[in-house]
Amino acid sequence: MVILRWMGLAGALMLPLGAVHADNVFITVASTTSTEQSGLFAHLLPSFEKVSGVQVRVVALGTGQALDLARRGDADVVFVHAKSAEEKFLAEGHGVKRYPVMYNDFVLVGPKVDPAHIAGGKDIVAAFQKIRATQAPFVSRGDRSGTHIAELDLWQSAGIDIGAEKGVWYRDTGQGMGPALNTASSMNAYILTDRGTWLAFRNRGDLAILVQGDRRLFNQYGVMLVNPATHPAVKKEMGQRFIDWLVSSEGQKAIASYRVNGEQAFFPDAEQPGV
Amino acid sequence: MVTAGDPRLVQIVALSLRVSLSAAFIASAIGLPLGALIAVTPFRGRRAVIVILNALMGLPPVVVGLLVYLLLSRAGPLGAFGILFTPAAMVVAQVILIAPIVTALARQIVADGWEEYREQLQSLGATRARLVATLLWDLRHSLFTVLLAGFGRAAAEVGAVMIVGGNIDGVTRVMTTAIALETSKGDLPLALALGLILIVIVLALNAGAYAVKETAQRRYG
Repeated sequence: MVILRWMGLAGALMLPLGAVHADNVFITVASTTSTEQSGLFAHLLPSFEKVSGVQVRVVALGTGQALDLARRGDADVVFVHAKSAEEKFLAEGHGVKRYPVMYNDFVLVGPKVDPAHIAGGKDIVAAFQKIRATQAPFVSRGDRSGTHIAELDLWQSAGIDIGAEKGVWYRDTGQGMGPALNTASSMNAYILTDRGTWLAFRNRGDLAILVQGDRRLFNQYGVMLVNPATHPAVKKEMGQRFIDWLVSSEGQKAIASYRVNGEQAFFPDAEQPGV
Repeated sequence: MVTAGDPRLVQIVALSLRVSLSAAFIASAIGLPLGALIAVTPFRGRRAVIVILNALMGLPPVVVGLLVYLLLSRAGPLGAFGILFTPAAMVVAQVILIAPIVTALARQIVADGWEEYREQLQSLGATRARLVATLLWDLRHSLFTVLLAGFGRAAAEVGAVMIVGGNIDGVTRVMTTAIALETSKGDLPLALALGLILIVIVLALNAGAYAVKETAQRRYG
């Protein structure tokens, strides 16, 4: 009897799980930790869900992982920030079309004592060279995210082959932006981060923004529908509807109105994209 | 978010309980009879099976998550069901994670009981199925602890549910993935507060279960 009662309880617990699956008016968006952890999606999605009735389920990963997820057909839309990786994704036939949506920028943060003496500079490449020269601790995402790709590009611009020259001062964490910032905060290390995540980040310790405003720190976001021809399970109408809304004047206004601690975190540019 | 009755927090806690209790019940439905059967049936290679079962108790959640992800991915063999990034996928991962624990612990308990009652039960000439059922019933109070151990492991893990659930706000976010997210945001006090809530819930559940067990033991012996 007791066992039968338990079975009944187990059954009752299981039912709602099925119900979640049956509700099919949703899309899955593979996106980046920067958009999720900065709070942008929590700000945007209710507006879209209200006008469309479509629930948006965001899986937040690094750009590389988000694109891989979509390559397996596990997302309907990708919303990421690494143009070269996005174009590769399109060329492979996994995406339909890339729509530029918005930009923010990267900032170089580091300890206020600033052992590499880079504070206040505007030249990000010169700052990277000084960090290399002084071998001051630097934390890298190391996870093929858009931020990691941008960091690698900057080392290259600085004429440094980071793969060959990295030593104990270069900490490859293989983690998301937040965990990497936590690491940098506890080690008093330099780190490249997107401004949105930095603005929302609480555990700053002694870190502060040291270099910002360089044109090379520009960070463009693009959105793509996963190709239904390659991945038949893609919900193309609902996915496209979300993309159309993001680049519409309504969606662009919603992006522009988002503030983190009073600062604008993302700048819509679907009309005149920088990249 | 940590204030009592916050609807978001209630939703996250409820989902954690739903997923992990479902996993614990399913794993028990498989593992208790299976463990008992292994305990009372002599067969070639039983020692190897026992060693493997014991080793599987240490399965890393991340590995289980990755395997289940590859199975349930659209490109995987079970992709057509479309249950990736749903609570159902999280239950599947947790069942795989804790079924070996439940099976191995149940086998040990039933094996000990079998030693004790062997002559008695054999003299009754019971079939193997009958034997398993009798032993499970007689040892139910000890086996209840096994179920709790399975639930505890399921509720505490983060690696598997993060991968197969995706930590989607309002859909697959549970206590542990919420804690991981708040840690990512650098909001360590909130992460810690959520962690305390998780501990209190697991503690309350265990205390309740213990009380039920004690009462039942006193009433039915």
